[in-house]
Order: sequence, then C-alpha cells, then structure tokens
Amino acid sequence: MFSFCVDPASLDDLAWMACYLTTGKHMAIYTSVFTVLLLLAITAPTALAFGFLGASSARSHFAPLSWFGKAYIAVVRGVPDIAFFLFFVIALDQLFEWIRHEVKCPDWTDSIWQGNDFVVCDIAKLPLGNSPQWVHETYGFMLAVLTFAIVFGAFAANVLYGAMRAVPHNQLETAESYGMTRRQVFWRILVPQMWVFALPGLSNLWMVLIKATPLLFLLGVEDIVYWARELGGAKTARFTDYPHGDWRMWYFLALLVFYLLFTRISEIVLDKVMRKLTHGQATLAGDAQRKAA
Amino acid sequence: MKFILLGTAALVITASVAFAGSHSVVRMGTEGAYPPYNFINDSGEVDGFERELGDELCARAELTCEWVTNEWDSIIPNLVSGNYDTIIAGMSITDERDEVIDFTQNYTQPDPSTYLALDGTDVDFDGGVIAAQANTIQAAFIAASGATLVEFATPDETIAAVRSGEADAVLADDAYLRPIAEENADLVVLDKQELIGGGVGMGVRESDTELKDKFNAAIQSMKDDGTLNALLAKWEIGPGF
Repeated sequence: MFSFCVDPASLDDLAWMACYLTTGKHMAIYTSVFTVLLLLAITAPTALAFGFLGASSARSHFAPLSWFGKAYIAVVRGVPDIAFFLFFVIALDQLFEWIRHEVKCPDWTDSIWQGNDFVVCDIAKLPLGNSPQWVHETYGFMLAVLTFAIVFGAFAANVLYGAMRAVPHNQLETAESYGMTRRQVFWRILVPQMWVFALPGLSNLWMVLIKATPLLFLLGVEDIVYWARELGGAKTARFTDYPHGDWRMWYFLALLVFYLLFTRISEIVLDKVMRKLTHGQATLAGDAQRKAA
Repeated sequence: MKFILLGTAALVITASVAFAGSHSVVRMGTEGAYPPYNFINDSGEVDGFERELGDELCARAELTCEWVTNEWDSIIPNLVSGNYDTIIAGMSITDERDEVIDFTQNYTQPDPSTYLALDGTDVDFDGGVIAAQANTIQAAFIAASGATLVEFATPDETIAAVRSGEADAVLADDAYLRPIAEENADLVVLDKQELIGGGVGMGVRESDTELKDKFNAAIQSMKDDGTLNALLAKWEIGPGF
C-alpha cells in the first residue's frame, strides 16, 4: 500500500509492520468487521420483529394462529443452532431455487434430483451462475440474516410472550371495562408496558447474538474469525512477502478485545434504555425512581 | 412471519430475468489454505499451482471462470447443491468421493504423502498419535493403520498440533510439508513415505458431463504439449507426466 513496501524483507520492524498490516489480505479482515456489524444491525431488528409476530400469534385467540406461533417457538428453540445453520440454509436456498424453477421452466422434464445432484434450469439458479461474485456474497449474507432472524426470533418470541404475561392483568381488565376493544388494549396498554419485562431477556439474546456471529462462516460468509485464522496461520517465505510463524494467538487476542469492547458498549447502552423504560412503571425499580426524583 | 417469508420468496423470484446460457461463467471452488496447490496471497486473492492451472484450463476450454473459496469440510456438499461448478482444491481421486461426484482425469501424479515431525522425535507409526486434515486420503489411511488419528479442519492446525506435542507427526502431501520443513529448523520431513490416492483431479457434478468433457480435453492438451509438466516443476509438485 505504501510506496516503501516494494521489498518487505529489507525493512525494519516498524515499517515492515506498517506494510504487513495494510496488505490486501488485511484489508479483507477490516472489511469483515463491518460485515459483522452490518449483520448485527440488520438481524437484531428483524429478529425482534419475528419475535413480536411469534409472541402475538402465540397468544392469539384464533386457534390455528396460536398453534403456529407456539410451534415456531418450540421447534426452532429445540433444534441445535449448528444443525439449523448447516441444514436449514442449504434447504432454504434449494427451496427458493425450486420455486423459481417451477415458475420459470415449466417445460423442464428432468427430475431436479439427479442422484446426489440438485439440478435446476440455469435461469432458475440463485444467484444466476454468471452474476459477479459480490452478488453471490450478498445473497449468502441475506440468507445468513434470514437464518439468524428466524433462530433468534424464536427466542425473542419466548421472551416477549413471557413479558406480555407479566403485565399486571388488572390493568388489562381495567382498560376493557373502560370500553376498549381487544386491539386497543393490546396496542395501548399491553405493548407499552411489556418492554420493561422483556428487556433483561432481550439484552441476554443480544449478547448471545454478538457471540454467535462466527457461525457466519458456516454460511459461507467470510467473517473476522475466518480471516483471523487465515492471517494468523504460519506463512512460509515461498508463498508470501511477509513470512511469519504461528501468530493466531495475537489475532485471536485482537478479536477478544474487539468482542469485549463491543459487549461493554452494549451494556452501557442497554442500561440507559432500561432506565428510560422503567420510568413511570409500576415495578420496584420504577417506584424507586419515582421516590428518588 | 408468513408474510415476510412469502415476500422474500416473491422478491427472489422476480429478482432477475436475464438469460444465462449453459455455464457462461464457471465457478471454481477451492480451499485457499493448502500451498503450493492453492492459497490466498498477500493481496487477498486465490493463488498457487491450481490457480495458474485453472486459469490456463479455462482459457483453453474457452470458459469464463471465477474463483470461490469454501471450507474444506463442506466443499463437496456445496458443489452438489450447485453453489459452484468445480472443485479444484488438491483433491485426490478416491473411490469414496467418486461415488458422490465425478472427477476429471488426474493433473498430478499420485503425490507421495510424507510425515512431518519435530526434529529428534522417534515416531511410532503403529501406535503413536498422527495428525491429518479431516476428510483427506491421509486421514483415511491413518484410521486404517494402527496409529491413533487426530483430525483438524485446516492443514495449518495439523502443523500446530505437531508443534504443541498433541500429535507425534502429521501425514500430508509431500509438496505441502516440504517447504514448511525447509523454513523451520525444528521440523523435519521423515524418510518414510506412503503412496496413497490416484493423483489429484478436478471434481464436477455427476450430471455435468459437458463440463467434465471440456476440462478433460483441456487437461489432455496441457499434458500433450508439456505445459502441465512445466507448471508442476515450477510449483515443485511431485513428478511430471
């Protein structure tokens, strides 16, 4: 990157390090930090939306909807994450391709399962075989977001379901006796009050989600842990201008610092949110806040 | 949730309508962690013997190729489900793999596998602990022998295991271990060699006979005019043809 990087072997330590840390390969690990942050930024709200829908359908009075919500929570929470990430993504990808196949190639006579191979017509491939690599990567990333959202949505649904039941029942009854409809009670009384009960559980989920991001590599997205392992591995002089021994420990140490910092920042923010939500609530903490004021 | 799923599906269906010819782009799947066969170079791109070979083969077969990296463990399932079109990752041709995918003709001779150990260790080949990368011919070989096998997901970790004393030695392709021993005074390649596997070939889907034929023809033409031997010599990968 720098002009003096032409012959790294002749450089002194500091300059060598500056060159080493700015190779194209290192740029990839810096970009992957943003990939992880972007994943979290998209997944968290999506998972929360899934959770909200799951929880509200689980407590619906319409039986099939309630069964659906409860089944979603129970099944997804029960399946081990790793099995879900390995199996579900390939299945999801194949489902999309199969739907496209049925729509776009109605004349196709061969079976889509040929021995071990899953074969759909070329224009049904997803992404198309001739699309550039970044399209493939974005598609993989979107699949990852969807999978994370479904998994963490189920956990969030359970948390929100519990939080909805924690709102004092007499509040809901009072609202009904004032003549509010069920919908009004839900949106005006239940939802605003449930967050304070849900937040401890949701903040737990957020922390777990941060640490679950290395599962991205199972989904074919090259995340920071993949690059740390790749960059840290011993390199021989024949294949690189920057030979070094096994430096994985240093790379993983950097990851440790990154994750710890990130967790700390999350804690501070979540504490603030908790204080806001507690304000004016009929809970112990809310009562304490009122007395202190 | 139903709505979101349906919405995504609809989006995905209408996403693109461009027509794609049969294999207008051939996606080449590799591991990127096994020098000199394939590795990621300083600028973050796939490099090595197979990169040069693959680019030349694509030029000869008049194909547009794109390089993709994938973890070794899931490299076959992802080929079969169509995420890329070939595996070009130092994969030896074996009967077991041939049941799931098809191979082109081999582009290396069966490369002798060697053991790498700490200098001065006395390795017990029949009762000791030997490391190998998971899902390789070497792992299968050790599992069948008397030694205890420890498997690792990446080749790099197998070397680290020897260094840390977790394994007495590592069994891998000679071409991979040789440069490592040359640059590290504490590691040596042992004299004992194992001849396993039927050479390295490109993996393709069993249903994809058209692509297989094209690559077979290209490999044959490289064998015939000697360019393949030159490449093998350049990257110091076993004997030529």
